Amino acid sequence: MKLVDHFQYGLDAPICLTWELTYACNLACTHCLSSSGRRDPRELSTEECKRVIDELQRMQVFYVNIGGGEPTVRSDFWELLEYAIDHQVGVKFSTNGVRITPERARQLAAMDYVDIQVSLDGATPEVNDAVRGPGSFHTAWRAMENLAAAGFTGFKISVVMTRHNVDQLDEFKRIADHFGAQLRITRLRPSGRGADVWDELHPTQEQQRQLYEWLLAHGENVLTGDSFFHLNALGSTALPGLNLCGAGRVVCLIDPVGDVYACPFAIHDEFLAGNVRDPGGFTEVWRTSPLFAKLRQPQTGGACTSCSAYDSCRGGCMAAKFFTGLPLDGPDPECVKGNAERALELVGAGAAPKPDKDHSRRTAPRRRSAVPVSIGWGPPEDRIPDRACDTSPLAGFRLPDPRRT
Amino acid sequence: MSIRPEPFGALVYDFATRRLSFLKTPALTRVVRELDKHPDVDTALAAAGVPAAEHDKYVKALDQLLAAGTIRPLPEDEGSR
Repeated sequence: MKLVDHFQYGLDAPICLTWELTYACNLACTHCLSSSGRRDPRELSTEECKRVIDELQRMQVFYVNIGGGEPTVRSDFWELLEYAIDHQVGVKFSTNGVRITPERARQLAAMDYVDIQVSLDGATPEVNDAVRGPGSFHTAWRAMENLAAAGFTGFKISVVMTRHNVDQLDEFKRIADHFGAQLRITRLRPSGRGADVWDELHPTQEQQRQLYEWLLAHGENVLTGDSFFHLNALGSTALPGLNLCGAGRVVCLIDPVGDVYACPFAIHDEFLAGNVRDPGGFTEVWRTSPLFAKLRQPQTGGACTSCSAYDSCRGGCMAAKFFTGLPLDGPDPECVKGNAERALELVGAGAAPKPDKDHSRRTAPRRRSAVPVSIGWGPPEDRIPDRACDTSPLAGFRLPDPRRT
Repeated sequence: MSIRPEPFGALVYDFATRRLSFLKTPALTRVVRELDKHPDVDTALAAAGVPAAEHDKYVKALDQLLAAGTIRPLPEDEGSR
């Protein structure tokens, strides 16, 4: 049996675990896959986070990808970082750079087993800030300068590919080389707020080919998180990495409140496996959740089985299909063979499931909408008028029950 | 360096290089774990129950692990790791 077949049936512990520490974020990126902004009051405490790290150490999860929200805005972020490293759990964390001061950069450069991913979605402020917000390019740039000045080489510059930055790939590569960093590009998913902008931001069919060819030319020097395997159907040369949806099999997500989802792009009740606060903790969720057991069964290719490219793309991304309303055993919405176009037309407006968790900051103070208030005694359910047209203002009125206060 | 057993064999992680390698069979996992207890690779392979016909394949796999820095020759150079 090939390794990829073993992966299909799941492992004893995840290989790649994403852990979002907080929903709080100083930015409000239009494509945020976790709809972050506001902290959730139920977020795991420092002690609870440490218990999760203890578990990861026991399960031999060698490293975690920490994200958010913006993880560094948690006041205990640096404490948790050190705790993880001291417990043989390496950390790669994603940041928009807001807290990467010269001092922090020097501290990070002196630590082993820490890797950093600075998010940048445009090689120019215009393209970046249109998605990530005004000033965000400058913030990321300053953080990268601080890291480079502190001697932190090989950090990652993480780019979500959109219609507006595919043409900037060479420029991104130059920026990475300039800072002694490594470029990492990943796929835009219609998850979280990304569902609202996916139609206008996801690369065109032509750009997908451009992306595939650029990736082939740059090989293993550019990281992708194996997120472009759906492009393998474009040619006979496969992109490096795993061409399999790893959701619940080799990857999963722990969100800030401890909920465990099949993958970072699937924050929706449909893909919720359990919570690290449940008895048995994360280990129990990973090993016994019925959802994960289902995902680890052999999947059928459905409508894709008869396609000549099925072995190279394996139907693509589960989350991308789900949030665009496509069947999970059908083609990816960005199927390079064009097989999803008809299916997407059939989905119809408003039929795709909406992301059901939202921590976006409200751009305006919450407006107090009118609340139906009935005047009188007792609970409101007792005072619906008997007849809508009843002329008596006391229709349906009953004397308050003296036993109820 | 840390070894995590899995149904197919094991994952090996090098914390220094952040490099993840796969030991693709349980036998290869036994070989790597016990390598330093044997004077040479052939003895280690035999002790782990690798059939003679497959020795070449396993030696090739060990070569790759050596190149990746997962295993290394003993200081006195009488075996590996």
